[in-house]
Amino acid sequence: MEYGLDKRSNALKTFNTTFIIIWLLIACFPFIWTFWGSFKVRADFFSRADWWYAISAFNTLIETGGQFTSNAYSEAWTEGEFWKASRNTIIVTVFVVTISLFLGTLGAYALSRSTERYAFWILIAALIFRAMPHITLVSGYLFPFFELQIWGILPTTIVVLVAINQPFTLWLLYSFFKTVPKELDESALIDGCSYFQAFRYIIMPVMWPGVITAGLFSLMLAYNDFTVTALLLNQENHTMVPKIQSYLGTNQHEGNLMWAVSAVVSATAPLFMLVMFFQRQVISGLTTGAVKG
Amino acid sequence: MKKILLTLLFILFGTTTYADGHCSKPSGSINILANDFPALRTFVETAKGCKGSADFKVTHSSEHNKIAVPALTANPSEFSARIAANSSIVPLMNQDLIRPMDDLVKKYGKGIQDSQLITIDGKVMAVAFMANTQHLYYREDVLKELGIPVPKTYEEVVAASEKIRASGKMQHPYAAAYKAGWNLAEEFVNMFIGHGGEFFKAGTAEPNINNAKGVATLNMLKKLASLSNPDYLTHDSEAIKVEWESGKVALMTLWASRSGTLLDDEGDAKITAATKLTGPATVGGGNIPAATLWWDGFTLAKNRSDSDAEASFIALAHAASNKKMVADAADQAVWLVEGFVPGPKSIGVIEAVKMGAKPYPMLPQMGLMHGALGSEIVEFLQGKESAEQALKDVEAAYISKAKEQGFL
Amino acid sequence: MPNKTFFWFFLPTGLAMILFIGLPIISTGIQSFYAQHDQVVKEVKKCDPFGCTVSIVVDQEATSVIRDERPLGKFNGLGTYVDRNHLAIEQISEFWDETDTFGDFIDQVTNLPFYKALLFTLTYCLFVTPNVLLLGFIIALSLNAISRKIRGPLIFGTILPMIVTPLVGSLVLFWMIDAEGIIGANLQLIMEDPYLSLKSSRTLTWITIIIYGVWHHSPFAFVVFYAALQTVPQEPVEAAIIDGASRYQRIRHIVLPHIYPVVTFVALISLMDNFRVFEPIIGFSAEGSAQSLSWLIYDNLVNEEVILFGSAAATSMMTIIGIAILLAPVLIRTWKEFRTAR
Repeated sequence: MEYGLDKRSNALKTFNTTFIIIWLLIACFPFIWTFWGSFKVRADFFSRADWWYAISAFNTLIETGGQFTSNAYSEAWTEGEFWKASRNTIIVTVFVVTISLFLGTLGAYALSRSTERYAFWILIAALIFRAMPHITLVSGYLFPFFELQIWGILPTTIVVLVAINQPFTLWLLYSFFKTVPKELDESALIDGCSYFQAFRYIIMPVMWPGVITAGLFSLMLAYNDFTVTALLLNQENHTMVPKIQSYLGTNQHEGNLMWAVSAVVSATAPLFMLVMFFQRQVISGLTTGAVKG
Repeated sequence: MKKILLTLLFILFGTTTYADGHCSKPSGSINILANDFPALRTFVETAKGCKGSADFKVTHSSEHNKIAVPALTANPSEFSARIAANSSIVPLMNQDLIRPMDDLVKKYGKGIQDSQLITIDGKVMAVAFMANTQHLYYREDVLKELGIPVPKTYEEVVAASEKIRASGKMQHPYAAAYKAGWNLAEEFVNMFIGHGGEFFKAGTAEPNINNAKGVATLNMLKKLASLSNPDYLTHDSEAIKVEWESGKVALMTLWASRSGTLLDDEGDAKITAATKLTGPATVGGGNIPAATLWWDGFTLAKNRSDSDAEASFIALAHAASNKKMVADAADQAVWLVEGFVPGPKSIGVIEAVKMGAKPYPMLPQMGLMHGALGSEIVEFLQGKESAEQALKDVEAAYISKAKEQGFL
Repeated sequence: MPNKTFFWFFLPTGLAMILFIGLPIISTGIQSFYAQHDQVVKEVKKCDPFGCTVSIVVDQEATSVIRDERPLGKFNGLGTYVDRNHLAIEQISEFWDETDTFGDFIDQVTNLPFYKALLFTLTYCLFVTPNVLLLGFIIALSLNAISRKIRGPLIFGTILPMIVTPLVGSLVLFWMIDAEGIIGANLQLIMEDPYLSLKSSRTLTWITIIIYGVWHHSPFAFVVFYAALQTVPQEPVEAAIIDGASRYQRIRHIVLPHIYPVVTFVALISLMDNFRVFEPIIGFSAEGSAQSLSWLIYDNLVNEEVILFGSAAATSMMTIIGIAILLAPVLIRTWKEFRTAR
């Protein structure tokens, strides 16, 4: 929206910049604090004596002899077996994103091109499906999954995450497909393409940016989910979030809080790169396809 | 009772007399479900040392409670063994999901003490290997300076805390895990048992807490809460431990299993040196402590082949009678295994046993009561309703849940 | 699109949803009408390392006979829905008769777990949803005016609150807002109240959770709004500038109408997510002062040794109904749009 005619006053510009700076501070500060604190010892970062310890590194100096320590990182990755969890997370997210998008684009395309009444009811049903609390769904899965002996393995979790995320993906992609003019695929059909060919060769290339946006949201879900992964995976297959939870300890027994903190920072780093990488596409993708409710 | 007490004390103080736990190389497949904390990891690792040719798997999960019932209901069940505590064994018993193991104990359980066996109706249902309780921690330097003797009762704890507060040394000298929910309910259970209360009318599942003992319990909790940090309703064991380490608390009720990091060399050395442990306090003139004893032990799944059960038992029994493990990991827990030499960190549990503390009630409907307590007594502590009203609410909430579960 | 083509296109996603969401919803619905069988208990001797006692256990032989006959349990109808821990019909009519003033009556009703949770859930929805929309929109407008070169990192910074794992995100925040933490301690300084603690009173806890909600959800609204802003056509805006329309007038009469469908979409999704508020309650250990419907479900399923599936099922069904009621206006609008589009 950089309008050639629109000259912004200096006052407005200053106000705008100040607002953005303040918002960014609020948005990022907890994370910057976590990042900074992950290089301290627990007694400093989780101190009830004085929060200034986290900055002055009072106990870190006593315990490790330096201002900063990367002990939490090295321990969590090796002793805490965080590498295993990250490997599992990569597998889960890659599959969840791919399958979600595949199913979602097909379904949403069909919904957007159908003029039947049932298409509307399917959309409403998807919305109602999305309202169901995940914890109830997952508790319901446990009995049949154990009975079928498919509990604990990665494919089960991947399928469940895909299914749980379908309503949102469908709605998002449906709105995107709605913005692609019908004439485009209709002309392809007249030229003798099948619906699938029209979808594959005419619509998908135009939809690419929208797909990226939906992909980013599925990635976020698969990456950050706790309920499904914690309850449906066995220890060998635990992803990062249940692993982090296990560092937090239990009521009666001590955990390893600094491992959790360093693990969170480690888990966010690749997201930073991913978001940066996808950013251009996400935004340009959203540009061509306005999301319609 | 006395005899068992003596045996237990003997185990606790017992010395190593003969060699390490033996292992009769099992075969089959072993899959264990357990909570996730270091002592259990050590235990399972030790069991793995005796896996023989068996396929050995384990899942340590913070969500173990939720997974356990569905996992063991399936036939064949996912797990061949489950490590449980006195509360978490109950749903398994209710649904008939674990098997008696008398024959296995006879055949392979040589190193296991009689006192480690959990028997129900004469059948061995679990083998315990760890004990835990909540007890008092105090700051020796602070108490000495103000001339306060080590408190033995909660009334003395209140008096001591008031004195410390009056001296201006500390604003909130007492701490306990009063976080709304499970923790707060646990404090109520402790205090109610200390007052000699029974949660249910004898032989039934009818609630029995809306009485003078219940009111006295709530009033004591409120008095202690007023001496704690005003955020007490959000404080779990981790939070109060940190508060202790910051030197703002002189008296605290905390799990014995959490003593490890309070006495290690991390943090303020002066506070660590002055941190002393003692048994749990009594309350209201009672002679049993206001605390509950807990054990962790292993159980075997019913819906699994006999050979897998046997293999699991051999491996787990190896760990549950392993003197080397308890010697190496003496810091991690108060082990009930023969050969454990209790250190200063075990004082609380040993004192509690000596004083005749009761175990946490192993009743089919206790979990429902615990849940009802956790959310319904909060408003009393916040000063929004009377003790009688709060107890009435607890009973009403409990009754609804118990009806749904078919106990009433 | 012909029905047959539609069927094949929609089959995979439809199957996934029916299998993993549709069927569980139906089975949850059925389960909510059932209660457990009467448990037959007997007294036995129990021994553990600390001694022996005589107490009760479930009599498996007697219970299994009843269980095998009807595995679903005892039909309870709407019994679970109307019991004290849910709609509490009986209790409410009792309160109505007993209490003298309306205020008293409301006090009594909001003391019941379901209504207590509903009150918080609705308050949270009411405050968080509009603020998320507003803040998201303002940030989008504002970032849109910043030079394209530095926009990339700024956008990442803006969506950080959404992408950091809530589990630990709220744990860190919990420590930061502690009376001794960096935010809590500085708030005390600013407010000049050395005893101020965000966690000690109900009101402050609610405010904290609501602010967290706005902070956590705004990035979602931002992303969608920002994208929509890119699609605003230039011509009418330029025409408006020539006509001398003020900035406010341009937003009000050109930008907003254009992105109106997106506003609906964001409102729909955030209303739904906010109605299911749960994570901040656990993260901030706020169970004492704030309980939501989703928290009640969690409590029934996870917090207790005995899993109360019937209770959780009933609360889940009521959550779905609640969301359907909240979304009804939007759904009716979508229906009208859909009909005209045909």
